Amino acid sequence: MSSTWREARDGLSDISPALVACVPIGLLYGALSAGKGLSLAETALMSMSVFAGGAQFAAVEIWRTPAPVAVLAFSTLLINLRHVLMSASLAPKTGGWASWQRFLGFYVLADENWAMAERRAARQPLTPAYFFGAIVPFYCGWVVFSGLGAVAGSFLGDPKRIGADFAFTALFIGLVAGFWKGRSTAITVVASAVASAGAYWLFGPPWHVAAGAVAGIAAAAVTWRPEGERA
Amino acid sequence: MTEMLSVQPATLAAIAAMAAVTYATRIAGLFLVGRFNLTGRAKAAFDAIPAAVLVAVVAPVMLATGPAETIAALITGAAAARLPLLAVVAVGVVSVVLLRAVLGLG
Repeated sequence: MSSTWREARDGLSDISPALVACVPIGLLYGALSAGKGLSLAETALMSMSVFAGGAQFAAVEIWRTPAPVAVLAFSTLLINLRHVLMSASLAPKTGGWASWQRFLGFYVLADENWAMAERRAARQPLTPAYFFGAIVPFYCGWVVFSGLGAVAGSFLGDPKRIGADFAFTALFIGLVAGFWKGRSTAITVVASAVASAGAYWLFGPPWHVAAGAVAGIAAAAVTWRPEGERA
Repeated sequence: MTEMLSVQPATLAAIAAMAAVTYATRIAGLFLVGRFNLTGRAKAAFDAIPAAVLVAVVAPVMLATGPAETIAALITGAAAARLPLLAVVAVGVVSVVLLRAVLGLG
């Protein structure tokens, strides 16, 4: 019993920097969501059920009323496809878990706790206690602070006045930097930006998301060279 | 208060679809292990997905809104190479507010 407790405490301690970061990011997400007309209940429900910051910010960015369901689902799928690789990599490291622990734990697999779990697994066995010790506070933090942001945001008025409308653009630029792998990422970013802005100008939203994503992915594939052939 | 707790049917459908799609991506790996070994060109395409999608979402704000947003995006990009995420957001927000004021677009 005490070792379970110790594992859970390790998880909490390792997640704490991400927990601190999720306070302002959650508040910001909630405020932007309220700015697009989502209610507190809708904002909190999305954080509880989707629990994927990048996809949620993107959804709020392309949100209209009534909600364009297919567009939102497609954008969410594209942004979250990386989870397939993350869960495939973590699957063999959770072989000793019960089925319900895996299916519940992977429900809340996000960039931050995935990275932590991988780091832990590289040093010692990854226990459910460690994983849930990290994810429970992180999950609660994201839901609570996005809800508080929605309440505060409806009183703040026009987000443009304080530059908050640019906050998720800045957040996404920061997130892209986290995926940076040199030349191939630069090619992807340029192709995606040009195609997205072009499609936005020609056809309007939401086509820019698919156009930019396809162009960026295609550019990375087309310009790929085997290791030995690189200059 | 009732307004805060209201849930529109289309919104509920969108959230349910987003949640279902997201959960599918999260557990897919459990079923793909051992059958999923991307290499070469396919791996390069897969690795490009997050950046391609994130940029596609915000490119209209960066390139098709106005000079203040475009310049602020460049400043934010420079900050992103050096600073942690929260500081990057702060730099972006402050620079867009200043640029809009300076360029008379605020």
